[in-house]
Amino acid sequence: MSFKLDVDRFRDAVVELIRKASTQLPADVMKAMETARDNEEKGSPANSVLDYMLKNADAAKVNSTPICQDTGTNIYFITIPEGVSLRKIESAVADATRIATGNAYLRPNAVDSVTGKNSGDNTGVMAPYYHYEEWDKPTIKVELMLKGGGCENVSDQYKLPDSRLKADRNLDGVYKCIIDAINKAQGLGCAPGVAGIGIGGDRTSGMVTAKKQLFRKLNDTNSDPELEKLENRLYTDLNKLGIGPMGFGGLTTVLGVKVGAAHRLPASFFVSLAYSCWADRRCTMFYSESEVSYD
Amino acid sequence: MIKINLPVSEADIRKLKMGDEVSLNGIMLTGRDAAHSWMFKDKPDEVRELLKDTVIYHCGPVVKKTNDEWHFVAAGPTTSIREEPYEGQVIKEYGIRGVMGKGGMGEKTLKALNENGSVYFHAVGGAATLQGQAVKKVHGVIKLEEFGVPEALWIIEVEDFQAVVTMDSHGNSLHKEIKAASDKVANELIGI
Repeated sequence: MSFKLDVDRFRDAVVELIRKASTQLPADVMKAMETARDNEEKGSPANSVLDYMLKNADAAKVNSTPICQDTGTNIYFITIPEGVSLRKIESAVADATRIATGNAYLRPNAVDSVTGKNSGDNTGVMAPYYHYEEWDKPTIKVELMLKGGGCENVSDQYKLPDSRLKADRNLDGVYKCIIDAINKAQGLGCAPGVAGIGIGGDRTSGMVTAKKQLFRKLNDTNSDPELEKLENRLYTDLNKLGIGPMGFGGLTTVLGVKVGAAHRLPASFFVSLAYSCWADRRCTMFYSESEVSYD
Repeated sequence: MIKINLPVSEADIRKLKMGDEVSLNGIMLTGRDAAHSWMFKDKPDEVRELLKDTVIYHCGPVVKKTNDEWHFVAAGPTTSIREEPYEGQVIKEYGIRGVMGKGGMGEKTLKALNENGSVYFHAVGGAATLQGQAVKKVHGVIKLEEFGVPEALWIIEVEDFQAVVTMDSHGNSLHKEIKAASDKVANELIGI
């Protein structure tokens, strides 16, 4: 049976998805931040900065206002049942985006790269930005990430081998690239951040793989034991860098490290880092003909 | 916590040291990429009085207009280092006492802070709701149509806006110190 898309109902559900993503820090991120705050020495800048961030997250939720004023690139990963019109989905999401901007859940963030003019409503060329997949369930899954500019600017892509880092084409080489990238980032991406890492692919699919990792819950485990080992090694060692919250120094430089891999060409070995700030804003909506839920 | 009332004198700013926590009160101006390029190239006179002895805040806010009055909904700092090519000259040209943003700035700005008697205030990135609440009144806006909401220069009155001095007027930069220490650890971990 084909899925009936009520466009108005879907649009309103997406407005709520945007509101939740912008104003409510995910529970697993809140928990990681609280643990980080309690680990830092009482009265240290790291401790007080984390506490301020948590108070802000609470205030944002209560007031339904953005956690961060940079409400980011709006990146959608949408999974649809067979036969749903992508044109209708995109048009409804664009309408929802305009409404959410009017409600001040989003800052007008789409600037014409040629004229410099802000579109004023977050829509434009490749804005919002969509990825699609299809599945066999009678539900539309909409994953939304609000990816801030500060943390996008410190995201990076390496290619192996790298002679400066003495990094070969293996997982140890990947490790070296990420240590280097997070050290270069310092506090600029609003540490403590989450490192989404994509190994392999081409320059595009490698970065998409990295970005997709940012949808994983911080306390999950990697299904690949080799990658799980790499995640743990990086998490421990990145937190030895001493960069700390906002780069003020401290024990917490990253809240999580998530690694995925894609097949690559024999000629290429890319290492892509999608860095998310501590305000790791993501929300998933499950939309069926009868109900809507958010996670 | 040291209370600073804006506008502030050079003598009071020179007393501040790296690591001091401050609470800012009074009128300041937001300005980021487009504003800095404009002030650097055109040296506009219309911001001269607004910037004298006060703070320029690297911020692109979320705003709302109700009953013909603007309100700041969310107003955290943006990354300051993008203004590094311009800031030193802008500080001197307009007699700015404080630059506020996040992530810190480089050698050129540090030198200008020292020569002019100014500091860099670091606000917590991503804490925009609390910082928006510290903005009590919007007194006006410059270049809104041309630059758009995030890039316009907003004249704002703040109350108990909290920040940390991470670069002072005596040549000290917390960012330089943290970077030097983390470079050492990173090189050991990488094995270079």
